[in-house]
Amino acid sequence: MTASTKVTIDFVSTATIATGILLNFRVKMTKASRASATTDQKIQEATNPHSPVVDFGADKPLPLDSGVSLSPFRLAYQSYGELNADKSNAILICHALTGDQHVANVHPVTGKPGWWETLVGPGKPVDTDRYFVLCSNVLGGCLGSTGPASINPETGKPYALDLPVITIADMVRAQAMLIDHFGIKQLFAVIGGSMGGMQVLEWASSHSDRVFAAVAIATGARHSSQNIAFHEVGRQAVMADPEWKEGRYLEAGTVPRKGLSVARMAAHITYLSEVALHRKFGRNLQDRQNVTFGFDADFQIESYLRYQGMSFVDRFDPNAYLYMTRAMDYFDLAAEHEGRLADAFAGSKTRFCIVSFTSDWLFPTSESRTVAHALNAAGASVSFVEIESDRGHDAFLLDEPEMFSAINGFIRSAARAKGLLAQ
Amino acid sequence: MSVNTNARVDFEVIASLVKPGSRVLDVGCGDGELLELLQSAKNVDGRGVELSQKGVNESVARGLSVIQGDADSDLKYYPDSGFDYVILSQTLQATRNPKNVLTELLRIGERAIVSFPNFGHWRVRTSLALNGRMPVTKDLPYSWYDTPNIHFCTISDFVDMTREVGAEVESAVALNALGQRLGFNMPWGFWNLFGQQAVFLLKR
Repeated sequence: MTASTKVTIDFVSTATIATGILLNFRVKMTKASRASATTDQKIQEATNPHSPVVDFGADKPLPLDSGVSLSPFRLAYQSYGELNADKSNAILICHALTGDQHVANVHPVTGKPGWWETLVGPGKPVDTDRYFVLCSNVLGGCLGSTGPASINPETGKPYALDLPVITIADMVRAQAMLIDHFGIKQLFAVIGGSMGGMQVLEWASSHSDRVFAAVAIATGARHSSQNIAFHEVGRQAVMADPEWKEGRYLEAGTVPRKGLSVARMAAHITYLSEVALHRKFGRNLQDRQNVTFGFDADFQIESYLRYQGMSFVDRFDPNAYLYMTRAMDYFDLAAEHEGRLADAFAGSKTRFCIVSFTSDWLFPTSESRTVAHALNAAGASVSFVEIESDRGHDAFLLDEPEMFSAINGFIRSAARAKGLLAQ
Repeated sequence: MSVNTNARVDFEVIASLVKPGSRVLDVGCGDGELLELLQSAKNVDGRGVELSQKGVNESVARGLSVIQGDADSDLKYYPDSGFDYVILSQTLQATRNPKNVLTELLRIGERAIVSFPNFGHWRVRTSLALNGRMPVTKDLPYSWYDTPNIHFCTISDFVDMTREVGAEVESAVALNALGQRLGFNMPWGFWNLFGQQAVFLLKR
């Protein structure tokens, strides 16, 4: 307990410092008790979420890429808007690595607004007055869908690393079963960024007749060696934390805070750009006139990263982080088609919109262009826009008017083609 | 990629050459104006490639299937005979390798429609002859050092190139400075002098 108390104090002081420089992050954490309260809430959301759930029983096992099948399993989801009579107006949103199903509602753990309220909502490009918008927590996640924090029915204990490794295709297969549950034959659109974009490409490739339009943002058809490298750093940080307990921390009553927060710190750097970091923080010092010749957070960027790392621990399960990163690492759509990416989309009738950002070095434009060229070669209908932005990979979650106008134009045109919108 | 600032009188001519319901690729589609016209007037299945990001983003916002790309380097990604028509409007003169681009157009499309400003027009000729300087006209407003039009040709030059790549001229239209069609039966030499721009329908 001594260790965790100390960590809590570290966290609070870091958060307080961060509040000073990051008013726009709306930091509310001021009490030490808050940290443990959110940890409890986090476990609660993993096992007994606020979101509605669909349980797939023994009669509906999920075949996984690893060769085993998962049964039973559960998906937690959020939905917005109304499904029309012929069930033709459904849009599936696929969330990113550390995202969740809370696209356009207040988050049950953090109390923050939905992560894509800029894009999804009444009158927004993904208009919830017009479309039935669905987002499920991915398989292997920690916001209510079956993941490593879920109870393994065979042991009565959390799965931890006994959960089979989940792939992007597994996530999508599970989502397809959720769509079946709603009686939806074809999704009007599947939309996602980063790992969500990988799911979009997987949907369009493996379930092409069930996707009328696909929007893949800041993503690629494979995870690059550099990206795998960053993920490996993160995983090693989690697993090196003595509190991780070989993945059995929930039973041990510990939290590998340091490990997961270091993983998040490293990953967070990859979501930004050098220009954005420099503009925001430069070499500015944190609440001091001079460097201290020590290893405190002298620089604002250090304080910011520490805050990002620690607050992430409050909402995310460390083992789920291992599973999510692995899923992205394994993704390679071309490899599934003997190295020819175009074959992944052969004969596709889906309309594609590919979006990249100039300063994204995690999924640079070249990755998107490769997808666009493969779609060209497959004769598919594709729009490809590169948005000028210096905000790095995270730009897809931010207010980027050019991205909104491209997605808006694409969705409206697709809606006209599908007869959901007057000509 | 489209660099002529002239009002696009060639669009109507191009549209008149396209059969309804066909598959069309517009290379250098600008802000998508021609594609939109072809979709609404001819109900085509239209796609576009455009060099400028601004043009691409505007086209996509209009609901068109357009990608960012370069006529010189990105046509190779398209399959053989993927389209009924590949259109290159007012762009040929801005490519690095026009002959290669034309060959690619005829590989991708059953037919190619190419429009270009005629450097053999009498205004251009007299400008160079009388002033002794590279012509800068209303329709071609760039100075020699900043023009994107690096490979100007005349109508006669273009006809020669179609022979070299083995293309058949199915039809051709020359427009005068007012955008009016020149008499159909006039010889190439007449068009080459009075045509301000030309539109060719080619078949491989």
